Amino acid sequence: MHCHYHDLDSLDRRLIDCYQRDLPVCSRPFLAMAEHLNTTEEQVIKRLQRLQAMSVLSRVGPVFDHALAGASLLATVAVPDNQRDAFAELINQVPGVNHNYAREHYYNLWFVMTAADESSLAARLNQLETMLDRKILRLPMLESFHIDLAFKIPWSELEEV
Amino acid sequence: MTTTTPLASVNGGQPIELNAHSQLRVLLEQGLPLTPRPWQILAEQCGLEEAEVMACVKRWQEESLIKRLGLVVRHRSLGIDANAMVVWNVPDEQVSRVGRALAEESVVTLCYRRARCPPDWPFNLFCMIHGVRREQVLEQLEALVHRHGLAEIERQVLFSQHAYRQCGGRYARRKSDEHAGA
Repeated sequence: MHCHYHDLDSLDRRLIDCYQRDLPVCSRPFLAMAEHLNTTEEQVIKRLQRLQAMSVLSRVGPVFDHALAGASLLATVAVPDNQRDAFAELINQVPGVNHNYAREHYYNLWFVMTAADESSLAARLNQLETMLDRKILRLPMLESFHIDLAFKIPWSELEEV
Repeated sequence: MTTTTPLASVNGGQPIELNAHSQLRVLLEQGLPLTPRPWQILAEQCGLEEAEVMACVKRWQEESLIKRLGLVVRHRSLGIDANAMVVWNVPDEQVSRVGRALAEESVVTLCYRRARCPPDWPFNLFCMIHGVRREQVLEQLEALVHRHGLAEIERQVLFSQHAYRQCGGRYARRKSDEHAGA
């Protein structure tokens, strides 16, 4: 989980800077990327595999739109701090949980539940609520102003750490 | 869209037939195979031609079902782990305007209006600020508050402490509903 920043050379960084979006949809995408970055297809593939193995990348692929792709909901629950890991583990076991974070707050576990449709989403949350024996706050999105996690990596700030 | 493959799954006892395009969705959510011809590999796995797979992906991009296609970075692994979720209790008649204004700020990576959950949760606007250091994130927040005149708006800052799971959405019905490890 820790800073792999110093293990990344300029080709790794350029790959990340150029291709968080607009990966080419052509028969040999990694070749097209290699040509753009002045390297070889083999190098691009090797680098991507390595970045993925290092967990710098979770994957190379599409990010689907939450609203169009199915049902999803941000939810939170307050649990005793000394049992937080155990509760988080229970939450992670429920199918459809794709984010699960501890945050500094009375409501200390925050997770996103997804499902193919609203009714299975509600069923999963109800089930989880029973299992945890705690009230789960459901915070549906009403309006999206900006959702873009493909922001530019601040390499120079990482350098200072 | 008529090809069906017997990728039968059990969901509440109901077997589900996945057609080739749904199957492609499931495969894509796990990421591209890192080989010279990834679309060809996916095509073989769901009984389509490479060209059909590429056409389908392009269509989903046009329809914005796919928001972006590329490297999905885990920011925490890079050391971008000062991640503040800032929640605000904005009067309903102002919330859209404030949300749009905050979303224009380069340090704000996510911004949305959510339903309040009274009496436990009065906050209706959420925005995320990702940074390398906590002090820097708090300074950026102060600057936002000042610039947009939000000092009077009730707010709380929730820094993340630990990521128990961070992975892409898994919406499509899949063979077994379990997860790839995060």
